Amino acid sequence: MRLLLIALFALFLNACAGPQLRGTGDLGLIIERASGHVTLVNTTARQPYARIGGLGDLSHASAVYSRDGRYAFIFGRDGGLTKIDLLEAKIVKRIIQSGNAIGGSISQDGRIVVAQNYTPGGIKAFDADTLELLSEVPAEFAPGQLSKVVGLADTGGNRFAYALFDGGEIRVTDFSNPRQPTTQRFPAGSQPYDGLVTPDGRYFLAGLFGEDGVAMLDLWQPEKGARKILENYGRGQEKLPVFKMPHLRGWSVAQGKAYLPAIGRHEVLVVDVATWKEVGRIPVRGQPVFVMARPDGRQIWVNFAFPDNAKVDVIDTLAGKVVHAFEPGKGILHMEFAPRGENVWLSARDDNKVLIYNTENFAKLGEIPAESPSGIFFTSRAVRIGF
Amino acid sequence: MAAEPETARQKELVHLVRQDCGSCHGMALKGGLGPALLPETLRDKPAEGLAATIYYGRPGTPMPPWKAFLSEAEAAWIANKLMTLFPE
Ligand code: HEC
Repeated sequence: MRLLLIALFALFLNACAGPQLRGTGDLGLIIERASGHVTLVNTTARQPYARIGGLGDLSHASAVYSRDGRYAFIFGRDGGLTKIDLLEAKIVKRIIQSGNAIGGSISQDGRIVVAQNYTPGGIKAFDADTLELLSEVPAEFAPGQLSKVVGLADTGGNRFAYALFDGGEIRVTDFSNPRQPTTQRFPAGSQPYDGLVTPDGRYFLAGLFGEDGVAMLDLWQPEKGARKILENYGRGQEKLPVFKMPHLRGWSVAQGKAYLPAIGRHEVLVVDVATWKEVGRIPVRGQPVFVMARPDGRQIWVNFAFPDNAKVDVIDTLAGKVVHAFEPGKGILHMEFAPRGENVWLSARDDNKVLIYNTENFAKLGEIPAESPSGIFFTSRAVRIGF
Repeated sequence: MAAEPETARQKELVHLVRQDCGSCHGMALKGGLGPALLPETLRDKPAEGLAATIYYGRPGTPMPPWKAFLSEAEAAWIANKLMTLFPE
């Protein structure tokens, strides 16, 4: 009996010696769009630590995080929704939730994951634990007509704001009762192509493709309706062709000013967030796609649509101009800052690697091999509104 | 039909369609902001019309003109490949 106990105790000790405890604050993932893989990375070591396959069509895929940063929810183009455990480096659950999806978001309390879909146009809410479908809200804007949904963002009170590309509306759906959501509708303008919520969660902005300007809804006073700002920013007299839709998410306020991609133009717009008026334009070397502020707001990093997608411009917000312009690699699709911004990771799709740069002196710190990398998502997103 | 582009150029065009057209039409060409570009959806449309859409774009929609980057013959080659089987 005694021997048996000792043997059992030894087993028990062995089991404990298994996985090491660790936090998740310096982890993240890289989407490898062509092959349906994600590479899991550590932003302290600046190294990959695992690779997971079987995620389907990941073109345009994006990820959101559970509030403890342990689980990533990845929305694939083919309607796949995959929950990944970053600590155990494995897929926890995977479902196909629609025919064609474009991203998603997670609720303030972390319990509800919402996917936004092109076909069938609408949004769907899932239990973040089990991925069980809780409810769906079709984006019907006229009898029998469903719109593609863009710009979905979480806001306070388990409400989600989004826009209807074909329907020209902003909508706010309240999931405080997740199985019986309620939706408010606001006319917004022609062809909203993407949206964002300000870092304080107060304003939802939808960029318009079909007309000049940006539609804005004050989520603290939604009864006032959506209004148009930056009405003359736009594509100007002659509508310029746009080779890739700019992304508004990732946008950030720096020093009381917002920096936005000017659709079709080789410019970044500077907007005063107190008045929502344009206060400047900064020339850049292509049509901006992502215009992302370093977490401290001192720098804005800009990447570009085809044919300028090898270039990256860095704006110094104090100087109000581009202070560093370089060509880090082929097909720069996405950028992600380390949680406090001391370095930035860039995906170079056509070079099959992710490049890591020091943001202070622009020195290259390293690179990570990845097959056709696109989005890079760090767990610091878990604690941010609108991510 | 117009002359085939050189093999090396064909590779570039395939890459362009999958990656850069793919940002709106999906890398698997099953659709996104733009419609699916698959044989099932394109087969019954006139090839010249599709080639013209690629070359000149479609004003009033996000479909941009590609004439700064392609010749008309190349647009026709892409349209034709999309209607049959687009290379990987
Ligand atoms: C910025 C987004 C965008 C990009 C990039 C883009 N397209 Fe389009 N494309 C569209 C949209 C939107 C439509 C639908 C236009 C309409 O409503 O009639 C379209 C329509 C088309 C059509 C007509 C389909 C039909 O069923 O009639 C073809 C063919 C096409 N695109 C090919 C291409 C090719 C080839 C490329 C790359 C060289 C490309 N597109 C790049 C957005 C885009």
